Amino acid sequence: MDALLHQVLAGLATGGIYASLALALVMIYQATHLVNFAQGEMAMFTTYIAWSLIEAGMPYWAAFILTVLTAFMLGVLIERLIIRPVGQAPVLAVVVVFIALLLILNSVTGWIYTYTIKTFPSPFPAQPLFGNRYLSSHELGAIGITLVVLLLLYAFFRFTPLGLAMRAAAQNPESSRLVGIRVGWMLALGWGLAAAIGSIGGMMVAPIVYLDPNMMSGVLLYAFAAALVGGIDNPMGAVIGGFLVGVLENVLGAFVIGNELKLSVALVIIIGVLLVRPSGFFGRVQVSRV
Amino acid sequence: MILELSGLHASYGATRVLHGIDFKMEEKSITTLLGANGAGKTTTLRAICGMVRTEGEIRFGGQKLGNRKTEDIARLGIAHVPDGRGTFLHLTTEENLRLGAYARKDRANVARDLAKMYEYFPRLKERSQQQAGTLSGGEQQMLAVSRALMLAPKLMLLDEPSFGLAPLVVRELFGILRTINAEERVSMLVVEQNAAMALDLADHACVIETGRVVLSGTAAELKKDDAVRRSYLGY
Repeated sequence: MDALLHQVLAGLATGGIYASLALALVMIYQATHLVNFAQGEMAMFTTYIAWSLIEAGMPYWAAFILTVLTAFMLGVLIERLIIRPVGQAPVLAVVVVFIALLLILNSVTGWIYTYTIKTFPSPFPAQPLFGNRYLSSHELGAIGITLVVLLLLYAFFRFTPLGLAMRAAAQNPESSRLVGIRVGWMLALGWGLAAAIGSIGGMMVAPIVYLDPNMMSGVLLYAFAAALVGGIDNPMGAVIGGFLVGVLENVLGAFVIGNELKLSVALVIIIGVLLVRPSGFFGRVQVSRV
Repeated sequence: MILELSGLHASYGATRVLHGIDFKMEEKSITTLLGANGAGKTTTLRAICGMVRTEGEIRFGGQKLGNRKTEDIARLGIAHVPDGRGTFLHLTTEENLRLGAYARKDRANVARDLAKMYEYFPRLKERSQQQAGTLSGGEQQMLAVSRALMLAPKLMLLDEPSFGLAPLVVRELFGILRTINAEERVSMLVVEQNAAMALDLADHACVIETGRVVLSGTAAELKKDDAVRRSYLGY
């Protein structure tokens, strides 16, 4: 029983990281109706930026904030320079652009930083917090940070005029222009926010999986699964999905299928959801008149 | 003159829809555009808002609109109630109204205007926290009109406000439009299929046929015109 509890709690910790990446996916999906395959590599690249800053002697939290800001600007730039020009292109063309972005970011990082695995520091103390036996302080801290990010995002979208305008632009671009919303900038802002959230996920997962250019390939798969479980168009669902997938992965990995086959849990979830309930648990069911 | 169109051409891809529209609209007036399906009424409104490619000149309060983007034209004070109502279906009624005021500089007056909309349309107040998609057609049309008013516009473009509504609801809505025109001193350009109601509402009217203005004058004159009576009023 104790072991199970331990696995569940550890699952919640990694789940929080999946949740933040899933949230980034959902944000871009809501605005563009496309899944950004490069989301993981964007997070990975910005985590390397954080690593450089910390190596250069910057205190962790200063590097953390600077990285989040850099990621935001990187996201805005990617939307403006790369995604905007293919805005009217067919879906598959845009997907190819996403995959190109994934490969380019991966190779550029490898070229700059080499493929040698690096350690990444955790901002939290090595001793477990509050003397608990179940969670390391990094795990507890990662959950806390995920929740704070969520709360901030929720408040932003729910209570600020800019957040409302972003939701409107994603839903109905034409009407949004008619009330004076600059829809193009709202999309860029969405990419910036997604990249910023992703970078937080990257910095939280790096102490666990270590820093290397391929660190996100597995994480992104879990994030896909999480976003699908929650319903790809529902931010709250993505977060719940993230925690769910984290726990499932950990518990199944520890007691049922073993660690080697853990990643297949994500794939089984993806296929299962698509087969049984394509709109996820919290997603909007698409209905159309034919 | 609040609005002057001269030699306005517009096309969707290779298909030209407007072939040189000319008309002027006086400040604070209600002008209606009449015409059959496909005559180019909706396209004229879309052209004013920069939603289609155009040639020719559009002047708003003397100022050339040129090739401004839709969002910038809205910020000048032109509010468009599009066909299909343009409701943000998954947002609440109140959020829809707040979005209408998004581009306004005078944030302080927004709350006052919100209260005023609820006075004009008490039904919207009852539904203020409800998802706009669950509103009836008439309520959504009221919402579209009030969303446009929340911009505190100088000019309002209304695309078939009576579409799909029961006659009683149309009468109520048109009554309120007249009140708003008088109280808020907003100029209105109304596209309508229902010519009889539109001519009752408007001061001036233009008839558009295949992308050109073929007749214009005061609403009273057009009501008496034989051709208009036969083609659009049906008696």
